[in-house]
Amino acid sequence: MSDTVTARKPFQRRTLGWVLLEFLGSMNLAITLLVVVAVASIIGTVLQQNQSYPDYVLKFGPFWFETFDRLGLYDVYGAVWFIAILGFLVLSTSVCLYRQVPGMAREMVRFRTQVRLESLRGFHQHAEWWLPEQLPGSVLAEVTGAFRARGYRWRVQDHGDHQVAAAMKGRYQRLGYLFTHAAVVVIGIGGLLDGNLWLKLKEWRGEIAVETRDLAARDVPPVSRLAPGATPSFRGNIMLPEGSAANFVFLRLRDGFLVQELPFAIELKDFQVEYHATGQPKSFVSQVRIHDREHLGDRPLEATIRVNHPLIYRDYAIYQSDFGDGGSKLELRIWPLTGGRLEPVEVKGEVGGALKVAGPAGLFGLELTEFRLFNLMPEPGARPGDRKFRNFGPSVGFKLRAPAGEAREYLNYMAPVQLEGRWFFVSGVRARPGAEFAYLHIPADANDSPERFLRFNARLRDEEGLRALLTRAPAPTGNPDFQRDLAQVRLNLVELFLQGGFAAVTERARAVVPADRLQEATKLYLEILRDTLAEVFIEVLRAEGMKPEQGVGEREDAFFNDALSALATLPAYGSPFYPQLTGFQQVEASGLQVTHSNATGVVYAGFAFLSIGVFLLFYTSHRRLWAWIAAEEGGSRLILAGAGNRRQAEFAREFAALETVLARRLGAPEPRADN
Amino acid sequence: MAVTREAMLEPWEQPAFWRRLTIWDALWTLLVAVGASYAGWFYRAEMDGYEVAILFGGALALIAWGLYWKPARLFALAVALLALLALWRYGTDYELRKSDFLLKYFLESQAAFMWMSALYVLATVAYFAALFSRSEFVGKTATALTWSATVLGMTGLLTRWRESYLLGADIGHIPVSNLYEVFILFALITALLYLFYEDRHRTRAMGGFALLAISGAVAFLLWYTFDREAHHIQPLIPALQSYWMKIHVPANFIGYGAFALAAMLGVAYLLRQRAETRHPDGLLAVVLPPLELLDDVMYKAIALGFAAFTIATILGALWAAEAWGGYWSWDPKETWALIVWLNYAAWLHLRLTKGWRGAPMAWWAIVGLFVTLFAFLGVNMFLSGLHSYGTL
Ligand code: HEM
Repeated sequence: MSDTVTARKPFQRRTLGWVLLEFLGSMNLAITLLVVVAVASIIGTVLQQNQSYPDYVLKFGPFWFETFDRLGLYDVYGAVWFIAILGFLVLSTSVCLYRQVPGMAREMVRFRTQVRLESLRGFHQHAEWWLPEQLPGSVLAEVTGAFRARGYRWRVQDHGDHQVAAAMKGRYQRLGYLFTHAAVVVIGIGGLLDGNLWLKLKEWRGEIAVETRDLAARDVPPVSRLAPGATPSFRGNIMLPEGSAANFVFLRLRDGFLVQELPFAIELKDFQVEYHATGQPKSFVSQVRIHDREHLGDRPLEATIRVNHPLIYRDYAIYQSDFGDGGSKLELRIWPLTGGRLEPVEVKGEVGGALKVAGPAGLFGLELTEFRLFNLMPEPGARPGDRKFRNFGPSVGFKLRAPAGEAREYLNYMAPVQLEGRWFFVSGVRARPGAEFAYLHIPADANDSPERFLRFNARLRDEEGLRALLTRAPAPTGNPDFQRDLAQVRLNLVELFLQGGFAAVTERARAVVPADRLQEATKLYLEILRDTLAEVFIEVLRAEGMKPEQGVGEREDAFFNDALSALATLPAYGSPFYPQLTGFQQVEASGLQVTHSNATGVVYAGFAFLSIGVFLLFYTSHRRLWAWIAAEEGGSRLILAGAGNRRQAEFAREFAALETVLARRLGAPEPRADN
Repeated sequence: MAVTREAMLEPWEQPAFWRRLTIWDALWTLLVAVGASYAGWFYRAEMDGYEVAILFGGALALIAWGLYWKPARLFALAVALLALLALWRYGTDYELRKSDFLLKYFLESQAAFMWMSALYVLATVAYFAALFSRSEFVGKTATALTWSATVLGMTGLLTRWRESYLLGADIGHIPVSNLYEVFILFALITALLYLFYEDRHRTRAMGGFALLAISGAVAFLLWYTFDREAHHIQPLIPALQSYWMKIHVPANFIGYGAFALAAMLGVAYLLRQRAETRHPDGLLAVVLPPLELLDDVMYKAIALGFAAFTIATILGALWAAEAWGGYWSWDPKETWALIVWLNYAAWLHLRLTKGWRGAPMAWWAIVGLFVTLFAFLGVNMFLSGLHSYGTL
């Protein structure tokens, strides 16, 4: 900036306003703010924004949850302090513009014919000629001719003993500064207008209140509703099931929402997900109808909305942003897992709805939370890089709420899944949202049904039947007491096993058997248990009409082992039922985002300024040339000097070329003193 | 001031721009125009209006690039010929990549990328060898290696573009859609930027440093290919199915490449400065690139990177407005782009208005690379958001 003159009167009065202006427009503040905004922005990328508040509590614990909430960290970019820093940056840039632009404008129009000889000689680019027998007038003509040839504009001023021709080119570089910095201000203001400033303002004035209850849109009270046009801009979402319509969207705000009404209704006719052969989604397409009596009359507007292809209707833009379930109709067979009788209950429900199911300790709530038609997942046992995927078919997700209120989440696959060559009904369970699922693998029987396993399980829990079975055979030693005791031991072992798996059995052994005989005794216990279970299993097979006396096949053997593993995980499974998905009718829902913005044009204008501005700044250069011509005894003296405010190397080359041209016409310049 | 030969030949009147153009320039322009028109006609069924606009915009940019920097022409021609050769060998059968000799060993995209990787690593070694041996021949070899690697890499990308369509018309897309593909783009752009500065400043001293960044990218690529098998062509997820990707991503990578180059020059700067103070007579103090050169090119690279990054971020915002419903959502990737941008804005102000030079700016450029790297890689690895470039 060697050639920028910032003329300030030496004895200006330091009023408060001046000091403030000086501070706001200072380069140090500007650079500090640039860095501070950058650093503050990091927070919101590290801490996931706008999640549900209970999730935050779980993640951080009550103390930090509270602290972070106070600091506004769950919505950093809407936090007052963050907006204030951004505001400061914009303010600082404005002040900077205010102070620089007049100087720059002067730079653009002034030719600076007032220069001193010494300063010209001090320029990095300068050359000096002693031209005997030449008149200043003809030298001036040569020089200005050279200026003209290179596209410079110039002014000549006569200072009496010498003349100065001051030339310049590329003064639009200065506009680069103006464009770039004005763009920052314009984008900042536009962004602010498009942000949720209006909502904040309304909230602050008490005109609206965020709704935090889980209400249907029609039940939301007026204080949480916004009429069309209540704020100049918004961005809201709606999940529309196929066949339904809505004339509002939800605006998420902190831990709640507001309902923004629309001046038209969107009806979702159809939502389609297409898949590639590999199972990845290929397209999400919503067929919608816009109903708007006022503008469209009775003929709704038909439109297709896809990702990257929004629908613009009036001043509203409607985007494909999400998809989900719109209340698929499900048929379930609820198998009891804890009783001695196997009587399944058939129920029907809808995703999003809840059912009541009688359980051992009262009524359980079965909340159907999701249905998925495809479950594309990595092939079990594949390495991460293998990229082998398998479609595990339809699944139902539900929450089972015990009478006491606590709930667990389950995920059941409809079709049996093949693992290591055998087929299983898979059901995942987790106690906390976001935790990993633990899986129960129920072996599938020959009819592709979980029934055999469930009958086996029920049989084991039917104490009377079991006792009858175990005492049925004649006592081996003819000692009925022994037989009765043995039967009791076997019953106890089965019960232990059903309550806590194999671990419970070994634990019991540890509790009652002296240490030196523990190993032996545990082994014996497990053997007895296994024999007992096998005996019951054979009974189950017999009831199916098989003839176990003629030998049990390998398949049944494997089934038995798998059934034992499943039985052993049942206690951890924690549900008194196994709800089997037996039928479904999928209803999809499309997540649409509706936006309305009044400052997009402002921001885009800022973008245009910025793009032009940076290129002007970097790739043009405001160049000045001076020719000082003085008549001396016997000839003339010419001093040529120049400077550019950018692209020094290019300017040096240009100056050298000019010098060469003049040298060809006027003769060689004098050798430079500083070379 | 030394008077260059060009300056000696400078006529009195500087002729208008178009009168300075030679017959070669005209031929170049014609060739690109005809090539682009032919491509546009050939693929007319595949393209919508935006894509036609991008094709011709790209052709104009290519013409301008070739006029501005002559070596670009030879490069573009070599790439075009090799890519056409690959397309011709392929015909419509993707499986030929396993049997056709030319494809299997040279032109199939994986093969081309392997050649590219090997050549870049060799070029790195050669540049350093040239630096210390001060052999002109070794230096020329290094330059040739870098050019060859870049030609093959670019050919590989173009071939991959075609391969994706051979896999299925609905799978086809420009190969800038995932981390694997953009890493190749990064290496190529960084190399081209470096080659430009090498040519303009007539020195190979910076080569080793620039190529070190590229070799780093190559190392990542190899790991990504062999350990993660990331090289398979994947169909595009719906969010990326947009013409914006064609301009947003390359613009971004001009930025990333330029910033990476600047950081490597910063390293060279610090090494040279250390060498000069500690062992002024040592080899390092002589062979490493001079400080003024490094300072100058570092500034130019950051300025170019900043301009490109500004455009890229704006394009990203426009795309976001079309895909997500708003030009700015404070998505982690967007936010990190802003952080990178602000960081270099601070750098530029320090240099231009506060006149900072030397070591602090070099350090800042190096730190800037880590910030950039986080925006480019870290966000995908550690943070979740709307950007779907996928995780590692
Ligand atoms: C987000 C905010 C800002 C951005 C993106 C920005 C961008 C830029 C850019 C790209 C340059 C050109 C640098 C070069 O040519 O090397 C520049 C120059 C400059 N900036 Fe900023 N700037 C910002 C804020 C500010 C602020 C707040 C001030 C006031 C203190 C300021 C004062 C200047 C000045 C005085 C110049 C030199 C102009 C010249 O001599 O041509 N900038 N700015």
